[in-house]
Amino acid sequence: MTPGDTILRVQNLTKRFGGLVAVNDLSFDVREHEVMGIIGPNGSGKSTTMNLISGALKASSGAIVLKGADLTPLPPHKIARLGVARTFQLVRILPKLTVLENVIAGAAFSHKPRWGAEAERFASDLLDRLELGDKKDLGVDALTYIDQKRLELARALASEPEVLLLDEWLAGLNPSELQIGIALIADLRSEGRTIILVEHVMDAIRSLCDRCVVMNSGTKIAEGTPAEVLSDAEVIRAYLGEG
Amino acid sequence: MQNLALGGLLLAAAVVPLVSDGYWLSIATTAMMYIALSTSWALFSGPTHLIALSTGAFFGIGGYMVGTGMSDYEQSFWTMALIAPLVATALALLVGLATLRLSGVYFVIFTLGLAEMVRNLVSWVQNNFLGSRGLYVLTDFTEAHIYWMLLAVAAVVFLAGSWLNRSRLGFALRIIGNDEEVARHVGINTAWSKVILFMTTGFFAALVGAIVAPRYSYIEPNVVFSPELSFMVVIMALLGGVHRLWGPLVGVIPFTLAWEAITVSFPNSTTLFLGLSFLLIVYLIPHGFTGLFETMLGRMRK
Ligand SMILES: Nc1ncnc2c1ncn2[C@@H]1O[C@H](COP(=O)(O)OP(=O)(O)O)[C@@H](O)[C@H]1O
Ligand SMILES: [Mg+2]
Repeated sequence: MTPGDTILRVQNLTKRFGGLVAVNDLSFDVREHEVMGIIGPNGSGKSTTMNLISGALKASSGAIVLKGADLTPLPPHKIARLGVARTFQLVRILPKLTVLENVIAGAAFSHKPRWGAEAERFASDLLDRLELGDKKDLGVDALTYIDQKRLELARALASEPEVLLLDEWLAGLNPSELQIGIALIADLRSEGRTIILVEHVMDAIRSLCDRCVVMNSGTKIAEGTPAEVLSDAEVIRAYLGEG
Repeated sequence: MQNLALGGLLLAAAVVPLVSDGYWLSIATTAMMYIALSTSWALFSGPTHLIALSTGAFFGIGGYMVGTGMSDYEQSFWTMALIAPLVATALALLVGLATLRLSGVYFVIFTLGLAEMVRNLVSWVQNNFLGSRGLYVLTDFTEAHIYWMLLAVAAVVFLAGSWLNRSRLGFALRIIGNDEEVARHVGINTAWSKVILFMTTGFFAALVGAIVAPRYSYIEPNVVFSPELSFMVVIMALLGGVHRLWGPLVGVIPFTLAWEAITVSFPNSTTLFLGLSFLLIVYLIPHGFTGLFETMLGRMRK
């Protein structure tokens, strides 16, 4: 789908941890229906950026604006209710809930809240789509790693997010699972979802991202299509030099 | 079918005062008091895993307010039994807002100090402003009346609990108990969800404190603001298991009987036994009788 208007604005965003500047004066825009990649070496501030957008961390300065609403001062639950959903770099599912309940958890308190029979039907459909349909009533300890990743994605999708944040959702998958994972995100992209994607897998970045922001030591060093940024001299230096 | 069984159970509980002598009625009344307290305690502490040691504080507010209201202000028992839970709910709101946003450890320590703090405050006000007169709670209630009132409160706690289990608020609390960070990120106002439930437990503890006040006839802050009561409630709930609504009930009945035997045989070492029971339960049956029961049932099916 062709990108629409700007939906999320990151403006001069800075995050300090004591003396360490994890995110330094970062700005970029994300348009509706766009898949935006954030790439960069380890420790360059990608997860911190995601945490700032979802409200898990508070910005030291700068602003994050979603459809005109300033997210910067808001707690995570309010940001979630404005339509931001996420997965975590280290997969986080709810261990004592069933697979189905894990997905309902994503739907019940979102900006389009669903509850009761409607929530169950909606969550069931999502699980069917992610090929977890036959595991609905199981406990989550019965799931393989990729199924846990799928479940976490289903929980995020259950809120019908305006913006979906995926922090290294493909990490840790074996080569065949990786193909399944990439195809799944490609599906979401063709549905026109707006996604911010932190990723290390170059194949995924090339095939999935409309545009990328490249970070190094907290600073944006390049922005553009995957082909553009991956041929940028400074980007190559950052990856080869320190990565 | 289930409703019929529950109705039968309620009826059976209601006829206890008609068929038992004074000794057994007194034990049954104590048990009913702990059923209401432990079950309402578990509504909050079960899903959140936050061990609240504040029952004594709220219970004490109930008892003390009935005492001072009737002795010093010539209020009726009923008026005070209505006001006291509201005061406790307001206090729970303040304590909850101040501590539940912080980490769980803060909360546990603060609740432990709360009963002591309120007791000292009340004693100080009593001694300096109201004169240290005794507070008498003189009513026409018999033990049977008190028992029935407690039974009614316990029934309401069970109704509230079963509604909660099916509600979004109850689901939110379970998610919070699983992973608070995820809870926040799916849109749950975790602080408020916890505060609301904590207020509910404060309300019921004060209501129970008010209802049993006539049992004491003479109210002293040192007696009604009892830290021992807070621990008893926790122990009984854990013994039964807090992941089911009826769990605490299963813990209260045997423990009340055992405790009766212990206080008669070793009146000077109750604190020791309290600590021992706590350790034994936490180490040996961390999920309580209901957990044990469910594990056995699971094994039998396999
Ligand atoms: N909560 C935190 N406290 C202190 N330092 C942190 C915290 N989170 C991240 N950092 C630091 O910020 C920098 C960026 O980390 P991160 O955003 O996780 O990098 P990336 O996701 O790009 O690998 C790292 O140096 C990391 O050690
Ligand atoms: Mg990271």
